Amino acid sequence: MLRRIAPSLLCWLVLTCPAPAQDSPAHEPISGYAFMEPATRELQDDDFLNPAFFLVEEGLALWNADWPGASGQDRACRACHGAPESLRGVAARYPVSDPESGGMVNLELRINREIAEHLGAAPLPYESQELLALTALVGYQSRGMPMQLDLDETARAWAERGREIFETRRGQLNLSCRNCHQDHWGEKLRGDVISQGQVNAFPIFRLTWDEVGSRHRMFTWCMEAVRAEPHGYGSEAYLALETYLVLRGQGLPVETPGVRR
Amino acid sequence: MKGKSIRFASLVCAAWLSVVPGASAEGTHPPLTDQAGDPVRGREIVRDTSRASCLICHSISALPDRDHGELGPPLDGVGSIYTAAELRLRIMDARRILPDTIMPPYFATNDLYRVGARWEGQTIYSAQDVEDVVAFVMTLVD
Ligand code: HEC
Ligand code: HEC
Repeated sequence: MLRRIAPSLLCWLVLTCPAPAQDSPAHEPISGYAFMEPATRELQDDDFLNPAFFLVEEGLALWNADWPGASGQDRACRACHGAPESLRGVAARYPVSDPESGGMVNLELRINREIAEHLGAAPLPYESQELLALTALVGYQSRGMPMQLDLDETARAWAERGREIFETRRGQLNLSCRNCHQDHWGEKLRGDVISQGQVNAFPIFRLTWDEVGSRHRMFTWCMEAVRAEPHGYGSEAYLALETYLVLRGQGLPVETPGVRR
Repeated sequence: MKGKSIRFASLVCAAWLSVVPGASAEGTHPPLTDQAGDPVRGREIVRDTSRASCLICHSISALPDRDHGELGPPLDGVGSIYTAAELRLRIMDARRILPDTIMPPYFATNDLYRVGARWEGQTIYSAQDVEDVVAFVMTLVD
């Protein structure tokens, strides 16, 4: 019997027992910021050094610009909304339920709807520089505000669906989001300290990507890391996952635009 | 906490079952190929970050690599504890010993969900890879 249980395994079990609030989904949410090296945090803290900050400026230019509408009439976001500060607090409560589709709509999809309906222009491709820029600009207006989901019936149902996705093992490596971001956060996965997988800083500049990416790009990255078939950007599965993750991280301050390893 | 203690209980339980006479064969697996495992090649496979490296989760002091994971127990000395046949089964599919393990099954294609198109129907390691990795892990003795 003793021969079967490696002393190292016993030792490791004892050592890892007092680890973070493993089983309770109601653990205290901690921002990914807390798991970053000081040098990475400094990049986020200083708007002049933050490699994602140019997106906010680019977003502002798009906000003020006249978009050539299909009707031949030029329109700008500014024409209806005034200064971007008028959208303070919006990003903190997204995704929201959408009576039109009966589902959830996130910030990217909502911005695209504005572009189609009010500017009469073609929607921006998901993950395009322009859509990331407008998302960053709107997100930035909520910086420091706590994420807070409006938990109506639709949001509740989608968050539940998102939780199932989060907890379902997948891919050739057979791991769920939960396996890493709930059961083992704070532990080292090779060189990375695993965070709780919170979504309060998106769009983020990821040093690993050397680029800015959205929440949905991160979901795809993590799914591919376990060699699973990702879902599509803007898909119902990702909207459900996003809804659950905002609920799970409720209260965390918006850090947009964030910087991560 | 609760999860850990249940896991610990199932671990002890599984370990106990595997010493019950007649059940022990379930904790082992015969060689997958005729060619004896090559520990030198096994060492390189284990270090290869593009191949779901054991170092993602385990530390192995014998390896010079910088970053070793800590999701699983250190592998130092496991070669003194397990036989090659026991290690083989653990690497092939640790779920056959601990159903809830997070250790990926390196030589199994069953009971997996949404495996990416690039990997569908394939195992993480080939049969010979498993033999080589087993031979390497067997060198990790106290
Ligand atoms: C094999 C381990 C692993 C699995 C499984 C995994 N991730 Fe991750 N995830 C990481 C690593 C490593 C990072 C980068 C470091 C960090 O923030 O944890 C990361 C980062 C993230 C982040 C960014 C956190 C931040 O602060 O910006 C989110 C969001 C995320 N993951 C969500 C998910 C979701 C959703 C799933 C399931 C589809 C998932 N992860 C599955 C390892 C994993
Ligand atoms: C995603 C994480 C992960 C990866 C990758 C991984 N393991 Fe494990 N391994 C574990 C965990 C966790 C345990 C402890 C038992 C458990 O809870 O499943 C374990 C247990 C073991 C054990 C039993 C240790 C003991 O002391 O009894 C051996 C041997 C082992 N792993 C070898 C390997 C080898 C060899 C590889 C690569 C080919 C590997 N593991 C890859 C997570 C992993």
